[in-house]
Amino acid sequence: MRRGNKRSLTELTGLNSFLSSVIAILVGLAFGFIILLISNPSQALKGILVIVKGGFNGGAKGVGQMLYYATPLILTGLSVGFAFKTGLFNIGASGQLIVGAFSAIWTAVNWKWLPGPLHWIVPMFVAILVGGLWATIPGLFKAYLGVNEVISCIMMNYIGMYGVNHLIKVTNIYDQLKNQTVSVPATAALPYGGLNKVFYEKIGNLVRPSSVNIGIIIAVIAAIVIYLLLNKTTFGYELKACGHNRDASRYAGINEKRSILMSMVIAGMLSGLAGAVMYLAKSDGLHIDVVDVLAPQGFNGIPVALLGLSNPLGIIFSGIFVAHLEQGGYYLQKLNYMPEIIDIIIGAIIYFSAFALIFKNAVQALMRRLFRRQDKED
Amino acid sequence: MDTVYFLIQQMMLFSIPLLIVALGGMFSERSGVVNIALEGIMVMGAFCSIFFINRMQNVLSGNLLLILAILVAAVSGMVFSLLHAYAAINMRADQTISGTALNMIAPAFAIYMARSLQANGVQQIPFNNTFRIKSVPLLGDIPVIGPLFFQNTYITTYLGVIILLISAFVLYRTKFGLRLRACGEHPQAADSVGVNVYRIRYAGVAISGALGGLGGLVFVVPTSTNFNATVAGYGFLALAVLIFGQWKPMRILFAAFFFGLMKTIAASYSGLSFLKNLPIPSNVYKMIPYIATLIVLAFTSKNSQAPRASGVPYDKGSR
Repeated sequence: MRRGNKRSLTELTGLNSFLSSVIAILVGLAFGFIILLISNPSQALKGILVIVKGGFNGGAKGVGQMLYYATPLILTGLSVGFAFKTGLFNIGASGQLIVGAFSAIWTAVNWKWLPGPLHWIVPMFVAILVGGLWATIPGLFKAYLGVNEVISCIMMNYIGMYGVNHLIKVTNIYDQLKNQTVSVPATAALPYGGLNKVFYEKIGNLVRPSSVNIGIIIAVIAAIVIYLLLNKTTFGYELKACGHNRDASRYAGINEKRSILMSMVIAGMLSGLAGAVMYLAKSDGLHIDVVDVLAPQGFNGIPVALLGLSNPLGIIFSGIFVAHLEQGGYYLQKLNYMPEIIDIIIGAIIYFSAFALIFKNAVQALMRRLFRRQDKED
Repeated sequence: MDTVYFLIQQMMLFSIPLLIVALGGMFSERSGVVNIALEGIMVMGAFCSIFFINRMQNVLSGNLLLILAILVAAVSGMVFSLLHAYAAINMRADQTISGTALNMIAPAFAIYMARSLQANGVQQIPFNNTFRIKSVPLLGDIPVIGPLFFQNTYITTYLGVIILLISAFVLYRTKFGLRLRACGEHPQAADSVGVNVYRIRYAGVAISGALGGLGGLVFVVPTSTNFNATVAGYGFLALAVLIFGQWKPMRILFAAFFFGLMKTIAASYSGLSFLKNLPIPSNVYKMIPYIATLIVLAFTSKNSQAPRASGVPYDKGSR
């Protein structure tokens, strides 16, 4: 394998990774089909088609909903994936997300004087800032005290959750009746940005737009920014170098402590942003429930990052894909299947994507055989 | 004095599951396989064993049923963990990926099975807690020590202590333990003297699966009357305890007790008059275990004792 043509192999690695992900997805779906067959054979074929169609089951509105649910997944996926690229495991996205969400809601409710679009832009940046600050603690602990970031992030998740629950109750954003946060003012909700003109459904004369808003555009922009940062800047190169080998980076003159801290902070900022785009929604949108449960969206970022191979652009697609499958699970209930089947399928896809190395080798061998044949024909 | 007895009894309920699961994680990581799937393994073990109790409680009750459930939990956790072992060892997969996959599959599987197997598609699995030991005969009557350790307890508490002692013995005093540690530190060296690295790592992960599954049961039984496809993040906390305990049995015990004590104070402060009267809101109390752990870590983490080859797939060809 190592003796093969170097140039053609490097050109193929991107395609290879993509193909091995596709294989993992197909195997995962086949696994899901077997579960459908076991639970109710007569509907299984219909069921798997519903899953594959995913968001498209609901027409244009369904696609909109899919993008809506993909938005936080992409952002937390970016947060985890970025940290992976720089050698850190950010399992603390949940805490960073919830403190970001809280500060966004608080700012939106209390700073009503903010004019026009600033009323949602400023809370969003406050959330980014606070999410980043929250990640500063594990960052500092890792860089200067040698505390494993996994453990400090787990601790920060719980501290964030209880802290936010406390702060919600003592500030004016608490809706005691529903035991959740109040709705943000309409001007502080993320605007549709024209997406409601594309993704809607029409029942008679009634036009119902989907919930998707410019959050999805913000998420895509964030992914592109992170991609450029990692691949086109010296700063990003230093961060990645520290991830590969901390000692070698220090030897090469990189301030490795600062790099670790910055990686963590940027990851936290992305999770904080995820919290803002989730909760800066209209009154029928999401609210933070005051319960002792960690925000699951933070953990859902991990499979998204893994499926996207931690590549920021790949994460856009894996986030949409996971949301697509979850929408499929929503429609699956009409056939009397349980939506949990989707989580099992996603789990299976992740599991098989762990076999990427084996798949990659198989694909590579296949490719080489194809190309060799071509060479002979030339 | 009654307060102290109460605190210690409560602390055991929080600490013992953490201790068992963290010891499980220790076996896996000391053999060189990072096991982030502990949470999922706990859910799987708890699901199988609680479902077993649910079905068998009309026939059996008391500690015989619990002992059988313990076996079910350990076996189911072990079988489930083999998925992780296969990916991590045979397929040389990224161990975070397969661990995450197991964490996703377990709760979904538990909900799916519970709703499929129970009438009306109910998700929670109820069970009768007939396992509490009011007072251990003879030992429970000893002054001070009796109320501290032998009243209002479960056999799982003693099981946890036994597992700790056996773990420490196996790890440091047996051939298997030495080989296990070698595979986690330098698998190439272990292989060069004829140790089968793959087999040892399989054993490490399987032990972690058995203890993880058992820990799931031990966590659910005293703290609830039904199982709802979750162990409340205890698998991740056990991971934290493992790192806090520097991958060493006795330090893991200390870490588990420390965390359990903090958790007990947070959970039962309203029953303690001197804490209740302080003007501190409940959510702040709940934060204490996590903040305290962070602070202790900040002072103790400077030289980490993590197994050197942990998380690195072993490839015989690249020796």
